[in-house]
Amino acid sequence: MIALGPHAAYIIAAYLGVTLITAGIIIWTLADAGRQTSRLAELEAMGVRRRSAAKRGKRI
Amino acid sequence: MESPLDTETAKKMTWFDRIAHPGQFLMWSRYVLLPLAVGSALLFVLGLWFAFFNSPPDYQMGDTVRIMYIHVPNAWLSQFVYALMAVSAIGTLVWRHPMADVSMKAAAPLGAAFTAMALFTGALWGRPTWGTFWEWDGRMTSTLILLLMYLGLIALWRAFDDQLRAAKIVAVLTLVGAINIPVIKFSVDWWNTLHQPASVFRADGPTMPPEILTPLLVMSLAFTFLFGVLHIVRMRTEIFRRRVKSLERKRALEGAKTS
Amino acid sequence: MSAFLALIRRDLRLTLRAPGEVLTLILFFVMIGVTVPFAIGPDKVLLARLAPGIVWIAALLSALLALDRLFRPDQEDGSLRALRHADISLEAVALAKLIAYWLTTAVPLMLATPLLAVMMNMDMALLGRSLVSLLVGTPGLAAFGTFGAALTVSLRHGGLIAPVLILPLSIPILIFGASAAAGGALASAGNAALLLLAGLSLAVTALSPFAIALALRLSED
Repeated sequence: MIALGPHAAYIIAAYLGVTLITAGIIIWTLADAGRQTSRLAELEAMGVRRRSAAKRGKRI
Repeated sequence: MESPLDTETAKKMTWFDRIAHPGQFLMWSRYVLLPLAVGSALLFVLGLWFAFFNSPPDYQMGDTVRIMYIHVPNAWLSQFVYALMAVSAIGTLVWRHPMADVSMKAAAPLGAAFTAMALFTGALWGRPTWGTFWEWDGRMTSTLILLLMYLGLIALWRAFDDQLRAAKIVAVLTLVGAINIPVIKFSVDWWNTLHQPASVFRADGPTMPPEILTPLLVMSLAFTFLFGVLHIVRMRTEIFRRRVKSLERKRALEGAKTS
Repeated sequence: MSAFLALIRRDLRLTLRAPGEVLTLILFFVMIGVTVPFAIGPDKVLLARLAPGIVWIAALLSALLALDRLFRPDQEDGSLRALRHADISLEAVALAKLIAYWLTTAVPLMLATPLLAVMMNMDMALLGRSLVSLLVGTPGLAAFGTFGAALTVSLRHGGLIAPVLILPLSIPILIFGASAAAGGALASAGNAALLLLAGLSLAVTALSPFAIALALRLSED
């Protein structure tokens, strides 16, 4: 790593913070997506059908 | 009711239909996600390389200019995302676009996160540059107010049980907020020059050498692509969430009927 | 026109019938003046410098407190539904509500301002500036407040979230209002601030009925 000058701590803190928050929103987004798709699969496996899905049995 | 998926009776679909119908959106959005994600990752790698290994320290600011490479993209995105929400709000209220409110709802937490990161990086940039973590200067203060507006919108979404009813009301607030943003900016700048007549050093002055511009643009693009991915994923998730809700409701009704 | 005035009169009468709410409002406003010296110390010079700003913050917070009674009673007893389908336009209803709200919040607060000024050791020459700034700026605050109340009228606990929604929007009025009320070194800027405040307050008050009416319409179930 190249020398970051006298204020290296601030630079590192900034990049670290942004990395953590960005990783956080990515994980949250993916977790939420996973939760909804798995719950949806659960419900459809149970036999609960949406109006339009029931007509042609097509799943998105 | 004829569905756009019915090949016999469907009218020819325009590009508008392809983004308007939730089912259609789900179909094509899946294929866009991977390219966007890969693009974003590559841009981040490239941007970080530029930021740390291929750009010199600024002659005025020293190495802290490297913080600008993550501050400016987040600051720009915080405003771009609100603009996107405002357009979505118009789509909800005026054009009655079925996906508009989904877009608006999905974007809000992302915009708030980018705004928070802009404030965070701005404070860390300010400390070595001006001596304090928070300076109450025009731009940072306006960004703080923008964060409060994002959080207010998110709180309003959550206050409603019926998200479809919430959509139009949140849209009105989003638009009123959008109209107020220039007023807020102007008043905050006015207030700032009133109380701090001494000019504070501004890093992004009129001239920006290309060595600084390149990593800036690459990182901005990287974050924007990332927003694109997350926005689409959140929109898909919102559609699924609404389907889950209606199925749960149906299940509860059927359960009540049979018991 | 008569329906418009009748609506204002109705709201005034309803509020005055239960004057406890207005008194609580004034009490809250004055209490802020009482608690500030406890928090920052009795240094008279400091208090005097802060006085115009504190008056404005107290006015803003007190006005936010009273938001819930704008539409909630009407929502609960069905009057709102009747008003939505009345002969008078919903925008006119919104403006009437706004005016009644201003009369029952800003006017009492302006009357209580001298009390606050005394407690904060405000230079009495500046009291006039404070009152003028409040007179000019509070209509704009009332407009934002009414808008926030309209947005949240269909929520059971909308009264809790409305202040949070309005606060960012009210900041420009707060900035210009407090600057217009200030004296001393900032007095010259105060006149410019007063003009900006007047323009902003007028614009907001004139345009808000459309946004308020839209919010009310969308809240119909």
